[in-house]
Amino acid sequence: MSATPFIVLSAILFTIGCLGVLTRRNAIVVFMSVELMLNASNLALVTFSRANGNLEGQIAAFFVMVVAAAEVVVGLAIIMTIFRTRRSASVDDASLLKY
Amino acid sequence: MSNFPWLSVLIAVPIVGAVVVQALPRRANAAAPKQIAFGVSLLTLVLGLVMASGYENDGGMQFTEQHTWIKSFGAHYAVGVDGIGLTLVLLTLILTPVVLLASWNDADPIPLDVRDVAAESPHVAPARWSPNAFFAWMLAMEGLAVGVFAATDVFLFYVFFEATLIPIYFLVGGYGGAGRARAAVKFLLYSLAGGLIMLASVIGLYVVSAKSSGGATYLVSELSKIDFGTDTGRWLFVGFFIAFAIKAPMFPVHTWLPDTTENATPGTSVLLVSVLDKIGTFGMIRFCLELFPEASRWATPVVVTLAVVSVIYGALMAIGSDNIPRLIGYTSVSHFGFIVLGIFVMNSQGLSGANLYMFNHGLSTAALFLVTGFLISRRGSALISDFGGVEKVAPVLAGVFLVSGLASLSLPGLSPFVSEFLVIVGAFSHSVVAAAFAVTGIVLAAIYILLMYQRTMTGPTRPEIVGMRDLGTREIAAVAPVLLLIVIFGFFPKPLLSVINPSVDHTMSQVDRHDPAPTVAEQSPEGAHQ
Amino acid sequence: MSLVPSSLAALHSGAPVVHAASADGVFSLLWLVVALPALGAAVLLLGGRRTDRWGHWLGVGTVAVSFLLSLVLFFALVGRDSGDRQVSQHLWTWFTAGKYTVNLDLLYDQLSAVFLLLITGVGGIIHLYSVGYMEHDERRRRFFGYLNLFVASMLTLVLAADYVGVFLGWEGVGLASYLLIGFWQYKPSAAAAAKKAFVINRVGDIGLSLGSALIFVTFGSTSFAVVSANADKASSGTLTAIGLLLLLAACGKSAQFPLQTWLLDAMEGPTPVSALIHAATMVTAGVYLIVRSNFIFSLTEDARTGVVIVGCITLLMGAIIGCAKDDIKKALAGSTMSQIGYMILAAGLGPAGYALAIFHLLTHGFFKANMFLGAGSVMHGTNDDVNMRHYGALQKAMPVTFVTFAIGYLAIIGVPPFAGFWSKDRIIETAFADNFVVGLCALVGAGITAFYMTRLMLMTFVTEQRWEPDVHPHESPRVMTIPLIALAALSALGGFLILNGWITDWLAPVVGTHEEKSLAIGALGMSLVTLVVVAIGIAIAWTFFGRRAVPREAPTQVSVFTRAARAELYGDAFNEEVIVKPGYTGIRGLSVFDGSFVDGIAEGTASAFGGMSSWFRLAQNGFVRSYALAVLSGAALVLLALLAVNFS
Repeated sequence: MSATPFIVLSAILFTIGCLGVLTRRNAIVVFMSVELMLNASNLALVTFSRANGNLEGQIAAFFVMVVAAAEVVVGLAIIMTIFRTRRSASVDDASLLKY
Repeated sequence: MSNFPWLSVLIAVPIVGAVVVQALPRRANAAAPKQIAFGVSLLTLVLGLVMASGYENDGGMQFTEQHTWIKSFGAHYAVGVDGIGLTLVLLTLILTPVVLLASWNDADPIPLDVRDVAAESPHVAPARWSPNAFFAWMLAMEGLAVGVFAATDVFLFYVFFEATLIPIYFLVGGYGGAGRARAAVKFLLYSLAGGLIMLASVIGLYVVSAKSSGGATYLVSELSKIDFGTDTGRWLFVGFFIAFAIKAPMFPVHTWLPDTTENATPGTSVLLVSVLDKIGTFGMIRFCLELFPEASRWATPVVVTLAVVSVIYGALMAIGSDNIPRLIGYTSVSHFGFIVLGIFVMNSQGLSGANLYMFNHGLSTAALFLVTGFLISRRGSALISDFGGVEKVAPVLAGVFLVSGLASLSLPGLSPFVSEFLVIVGAFSHSVVAAAFAVTGIVLAAIYILLMYQRTMTGPTRPEIVGMRDLGTREIAAVAPVLLLIVIFGFFPKPLLSVINPSVDHTMSQVDRHDPAPTVAEQSPEGAHQ
Repeated sequence: MSLVPSSLAALHSGAPVVHAASADGVFSLLWLVVALPALGAAVLLLGGRRTDRWGHWLGVGTVAVSFLLSLVLFFALVGRDSGDRQVSQHLWTWFTAGKYTVNLDLLYDQLSAVFLLLITGVGGIIHLYSVGYMEHDERRRRFFGYLNLFVASMLTLVLAADYVGVFLGWEGVGLASYLLIGFWQYKPSAAAAAKKAFVINRVGDIGLSLGSALIFVTFGSTSFAVVSANADKASSGTLTAIGLLLLLAACGKSAQFPLQTWLLDAMEGPTPVSALIHAATMVTAGVYLIVRSNFIFSLTEDARTGVVIVGCITLLMGAIIGCAKDDIKKALAGSTMSQIGYMILAAGLGPAGYALAIFHLLTHGFFKANMFLGAGSVMHGTNDDVNMRHYGALQKAMPVTFVTFAIGYLAIIGVPPFAGFWSKDRIIETAFADNFVVGLCALVGAGITAFYMTRLMLMTFVTEQRWEPDVHPHESPRVMTIPLIALAALSALGGFLILNGWITDWLAPVVGTHEEKSLAIGALGMSLVTLVVVAIGIAIAWTFFGRRAVPREAPTQVSVFTRAARAELYGDAFNEEVIVKPGYTGIRGLSVFDGSFVDGIAEGTASAFGGMSSWFRLAQNGFVRSYALAVLSGAALVLLALLAVNFS
């Protein structure tokens, strides 16, 4: 079975995620778009792992999953806190950390 | 006792002392940390003197220790001293207790002497951190400075070289005048820039030595056997030289020094100028001359010119200064010009003179900084124009000031004369023009010292000066040993020279230079006493 | 190692060689001569107030013992064989570097022997005088400490057997002079004068520093023994260079043109200081240096010509300045300059003049110290007024001062049989034998000397009284008059009784011998011509100051010459305009250069980085999505770069 469709799917998912991060203001949506990009890369890793017949890509995919899980925990906590203090989940509102 | 790790002990004792002092509880005006720090520095001095008594005058490295540190690039923990290193280690050990005693109250929340004037004075500002920290950093600096002078491994030297910046940064930045924060940053940036350039050369040394037959090594004794080739040698030389020129400091990279001395406490200035700046000139001998003899000879015309410019330039700037510590900073630029001149004329007189000059300048400048520090703390001002007629109310202070100043202008009978004279003689053997220009420094020195003395000490006593206290017991106890040494070594510098001369011979053979024979070659027997 | 006595060696090489025997017997006490005053200085300066009560007597005592010791040593030297009168004592090795060794050795020979007597003798007398003169000064102890320091340094200077050793004493006397000129440091003028003296002396020290360096480079040593033994092997250019450098040093210390300006200001010091340091001993150190270096100067005609020119210029300058000054001490100081000019001139005449220079140095030491102390006595009696226009008719109020001063006066203008006649007359005679112009300078100088000294005498002691209302002149106490009498006796008799004739023979082994040149008019004729010139000088002074009333205020409508002489021939003005003012302008310019260019480059680099980063940080705008865009475009750029690399 050719790897091409999987790679194409991965690229599409990654592009969607990318555009989501760049265009959406709601932090939760941005967050989901990030997850989408991570999973797109997971798909690519697993695909190449299978195509090349070694396990390193799958191992990397596991790492990505673990990191993604950790990131979700921390990220959601931050978003929650920001929402509680500012009554807003817009990423553009939280722009104090600059210059 | 020959295997006793003397130098490691001399490095470790003050650093351990520093940790202890810092760990002591902080109470306002508590004497215990100061006393402990002073005791540690005295102990180190005693240990150093015991060590020095076992030194044999043969010019070689002694009290050596060597342990592999980072094997992959040939770095060692290797220490040892020859005559040059020993005199500088002793200078460090002598000056530290003196400085601690003289700075007894300088780090108090508000210095005792100036409570009433400190509020509006830009020259004395409240300390930022506790006295404990001040004394701890002072001790740490002592240990690190010994490490620099004792390191016989380039990598270890580099590490100590950079490490000494830390205590000075905190000492300048935390205690002293109003502009201290800026001065500390300026000092640090200058030194780091120099250190960075030197790092490039240090890495270059590794690259070259890794290709040589002996494999990668940073040991000076091994490196000095390597022929670096003309181009590589010159590049590496330039890297080291720039770092040392900044440290020394030489024209045109001197401007950090006056800014720093203007804002630091006198004690910090002493350790900085009398001890740490000597790393620059020490490094020129140990690394520039001994590792890259060919490149040193190649660079001589430029370096000698810069040195002579430093002599005159520093002196002229000193004449034009109204701020006393700033003035002394500029005089040091002038004196370091003499030292570098002596080093790079590469004959016995010049090199012995330069080595002796390092020690003597340490003493004379220390005395000058300390006594002017006492003066400034009494008045709350560092401006010459704010003084006048001090001699009338504080004759002892004025006398100490005068003797220190006369030492700085190299009056015969005081120790700096011998070294300055030897440098001039050495310079004359090398180039009459260089000597003729450098010698104007002795006139300019007389002007800046005596002009300062005239404007601060003589004339009618100004109303603000009336009632000024004369030197107290502690202050006299701090400067008296320094003045005593200045006088003793003025008439009898033999103990120093007998240690320095064999090492100078070694350096001379390393750079492959020989003293020119007298024009009138045949010498008749000396007088009948021989 | 040659065993030939030095006087015989002199015949072989042209100039005498320093070849001293080791000190033994009584000569092993030589170091004590220096050590005693040095010890006195140390005790007095470090001892603090504890020594206030008896300090001055310690000061007098150490010098007195030194004098006795010098006498003993002198007679011991006289007792030795005339070819064997050089003794050296090795104290310790001062410093060594490479093959260069400087020993702290003392050399006691005919030349240093007479200096020892002069310094400790006249020095002792002046110490005694100071006990009275400084009685009411609360810092008297310190004054004596400085005086002792001076004596010790001056003895080091004349006893050192090495140029660097001379340098030690040279700067030591400079320091003592600095401290003593500025002794009344609360007076800004005194402090300024002290600094000026030291700085100008340092200009001269350039000569001594470089001279010693050149001597080392040439001979491999700076000891007199080595240099004198090898001097004839050096090239004449080198010798001339050494000679001129030493002359520069001498100009600084002896206030010779062009470094003469400090001496008149130095009169700010207490009068005993002016007498001891700025008349009798220290300012003559330049003469000593040249005479001591005779083994160099004898071999270089060019350097000697320089010496003679300097001597001629200064002897006339000093005399002219002396004519216009109303301040008694400054008039005497101008005279000192002039008289040292004579000595320098004599020293420049070579072997014919060395001994005469020393002869005049000794007689001058007697009569000038005498007159300075006399001036001090006058000031003591007139509330420290120094303006001669406020004196007049003091001879009745101060008979002893008057008589002793008059003896000094007769000695300086060269009236036989007083001391100055014998020494100055022979210098003029030898100068004429050497060169007519030089002789004429010396002769004219003698005339001017007679003029200004007569003027000084008349304004001070004769003429009508012009005292300030509250001044009641009185004779000084005995502790001051006894020294005056002693010095007056030396001024009167010192010339022909002791020194004339003897001194030339005594010094011959040190300075060499020469052929006497005879003048066309003969020695007696020359003396007569000189006396006529002196008489003319006296007569002119008498016309102007003896027969007319002296105004209390200095006249302002005066000729351009008088104005120039009052301004010390514009020496100070020249220094001020040509050196000091441009110097300060230059230093100010240099400060700007240092701050804005040298430091400006460093600070500029720092602030350039600072400016750049403040510009770059604007990209850090706080919007997460713009960061994400930046990350994306960065990734795209990297990708493109990789593609470009792979497919090119």
